[in-house]
Amino acid sequence: MLGKRPWKMAAVAAAISLLVAGCGSGDSEDPTATANTVVIGINEPQHLLPTNATDSSSAQVLNSLFYPLVSFDAEKKPVEVAAEKISASKNNRLWTIKLKPGYTFHNGEPVTAQNYIDAWNYGAYKPNAQGGGYFFERIAGYADLNPLDPDGAGPEKAPEPATNKMSGLKKIDDLTFTVTLSAPFASFKSVIAYSVFYPLPKAAFSSDGVIAKGFEDKLIGNGPFKMKGSWEHDDKIVVEKYSDFKGVVPKIDGVTWKIYGDQMAAYADLVSNNLDVQTAIPTDALANAPADLGERFLKSENSVFEFIGFPTFLPQYKNANVRKAISMAINREEIASQIFLGSRTAAKAFVSPVVSGFRENSCGDACNYNPTKARDLYRENGGPDEIKITYNVDGGHKSWVDATCNQIRASLQVKCIGEQEPKFAVMQDKLQNKQDIGLIRLGWIMDYPLMENYLNPLYGTNGGSNYYGWSSTAFDTLVKQGSEASSPEASIKKWQAAEDILADEMPVIPLRYGQNVFGYSERVANVEMDLFSKVNLYEIETVV
Amino acid sequence: MFRYIVRRLLQMILTFFGATFVVFALMFANQDDPIQALAGEKPVSDSLREALTERYHLDEGLLGQYWYYMTNLLTGDLGESISGRDISALLESSWPVTVQLSFMALVLAAGLALAAGVWSAIRRGGIFDNGVLAFTLLLLALPIVVLAPVAQWIFGMELGWFPATASRNASFYALLLPAIVLATTVVATQLRVTRTSVVENLRADYVRTARAKGLAPRRIIWVHVLRNSLIPFITLIGVDLGVLMSGALVTEEVFNIPGVGSKLAQGIRTEDGPMVVGFVSVLVIVFLVMNLVVDLLYAALDPRIRYE
Repeated sequence: MLGKRPWKMAAVAAAISLLVAGCGSGDSEDPTATANTVVIGINEPQHLLPTNATDSSSAQVLNSLFYPLVSFDAEKKPVEVAAEKISASKNNRLWTIKLKPGYTFHNGEPVTAQNYIDAWNYGAYKPNAQGGGYFFERIAGYADLNPLDPDGAGPEKAPEPATNKMSGLKKIDDLTFTVTLSAPFASFKSVIAYSVFYPLPKAAFSSDGVIAKGFEDKLIGNGPFKMKGSWEHDDKIVVEKYSDFKGVVPKIDGVTWKIYGDQMAAYADLVSNNLDVQTAIPTDALANAPADLGERFLKSENSVFEFIGFPTFLPQYKNANVRKAISMAINREEIASQIFLGSRTAAKAFVSPVVSGFRENSCGDACNYNPTKARDLYRENGGPDEIKITYNVDGGHKSWVDATCNQIRASLQVKCIGEQEPKFAVMQDKLQNKQDIGLIRLGWIMDYPLMENYLNPLYGTNGGSNYYGWSSTAFDTLVKQGSEASSPEASIKKWQAAEDILADEMPVIPLRYGQNVFGYSERVANVEMDLFSKVNLYEIETVV
Repeated sequence: MFRYIVRRLLQMILTFFGATFVVFALMFANQDDPIQALAGEKPVSDSLREALTERYHLDEGLLGQYWYYMTNLLTGDLGESISGRDISALLESSWPVTVQLSFMALVLAAGLALAAGVWSAIRRGGIFDNGVLAFTLLLLALPIVVLAPVAQWIFGMELGWFPATASRNASFYALLLPAIVLATTVVATQLRVTRTSVVENLRADYVRTARAKGLAPRRIIWVHVLRNSLIPFITLIGVDLGVLMSGALVTEEVFNIPGVGSKLAQGIRTEDGPMVVGFVSVLVIVFLVMNLVVDLLYAALDPRIRYE
């Protein structure tokens, strides 16, 4: 049946198929690793449409394709970039944004006020389900675009929004528009630096309020680089210099955003010089990184803030002194250096050091390691005999939670156990149902560099990330007064007063600040990362 | 023969629907909050949550969601992943590299297993045979989660013999190391099955007859014995396909190959029901077809086997 010489035939067939399998696509040489371009590793971005892009990988890519209205100087003060002037009315409710003239999108369209208004309206419109939609909350008319389901999980459906245009956005002329906020906010200028506030060209829309099919894969921005080809999902995104760009011109001619599924694979490429920049060296490689990379292994501050929260429905932690005692039982420095190998630093305040208004040790004694004082305070106030810290196992938290528990056990001489939940969402569920899950580990990355962006979401009564349910009217009032103050400086005063309440009440235990832990190859120099964990594309250059 | 194939194909349809339903139900049971899983630990605004829940029918029960999925599937629409990507496009882009990788692994493993298996069967008890025994034991003991990163570290990073990672359009050379790693998951069993089977057949009457009539020893072994020893080996290859697919999950992750394995792992992590079911459905089909081919190959090897 197989002929006279079946095995010869089989061998030939196998050889041919091996060849075919191998030669199917001979794209072995990476053409992008030549000339004056760099290769930077990212994960697959979830989305690239600016209003839908909230993960750090998409933020990196968008940073190359778009030019923001505002960016931050060394003192973290907002300065105009694509905007010529951003000014506020006396009460900080009406903001006027004037654009610099002469800028064009990569398809040649001039950048106008309407481009911003269209993009922002698209982002805020509820049926578009944009991940960054909540950024537009402060703008008047947002609520009309986002009617909520009247009975939550009940049978009634949410009503359709009556309009898809926010009433707070008004075009004055081609280069000027105004933004009316629903409540005064002195620091609105800092908010619009975020990537969701980028403009979209007319070409992005197929009709009013509808994004053209395929636009996300061939994004057209107003930034220093334009897309070369389209987004090659799970593989790479290549961008090259846009010659008509009027802003600050980067020193490199292009970037290849190389997509990795796993950061250890990216690290392997970095060490073998196939990748120029890795923005987050994985924990598993931290021990080897200093030896592998030498001086090309760097750290810089970012906005990550890690802490432990006390669910307020648990009676055993009602007493603020018990909370302080537990905080004092933890040696933050030791964990940062032993467990995290210096990739984190000890936190002793309730906001990150990257925001202006941050004070070094606003938490006071309660955040300093003092086991004897901790034990006395804990005993006097009748702290519980057993402490439980719950964490999600998919986030690599086991080692530090165990270490923290060991410290608490040694300092307070009570039982302490780390309890595992499979996912973050399961933890949230149990909190919502007021189950006794003990202390919970949490973290926060800011959206914009203001104290308010820590205070409100984390500790405000209606804070989106206030999973433990802490609430203080005095605190809420101070934060609100700060937001509505006459100037950013006056805001900071109020916010610091609000932070002092946190130090008294200790609703959470601050643990660590994150850092960008990054490395680069021998091909590049001047690699910097900013507080948003983005590579500074205007400074990086190639060597040799 | 024809009737046999038709019957098998009909069975496949049933198996296919059963398998997709089971996978769908498993994904549903594992689903806590896909919207939150997508957002990581960032809070999800009520407005966004409501909009996404409605778009993906997340408020429906298991049967409701399965109904939406199946009605779309029957019109040829595999749907959208929860991150908004077209699943058929995802499948299209991730299959070629996985097929290439598994095929290379299969050829490498089968080639080595046949050659070394026959050789150690002939020299039973010799140094080579014992060496191979120790080697296969070692391979069986080393799980791929350990082997893959270690191989990458030694051959990719330290020695620099191979590229440390591959990509979608990787060359034959870049895929060689991952393919070798993947081949180790199946080569040990294949080798030992070949050896045992050859050893048994060497004692068969027809071998003695062949020897007696003066047939060249090489022809006896490579044509008569091997062909008769191949049935268990071929069966194993059908099963190994499944092993390779699960091994690809790890290998692709380690070597950054955006194939079926890494997409599947990602889908499971983000609780993306439609995406996992889409990928598994195609896997099921491949598996069924491969096993049908294996069954048909029996007849080619042994004319006594007939299909009714």
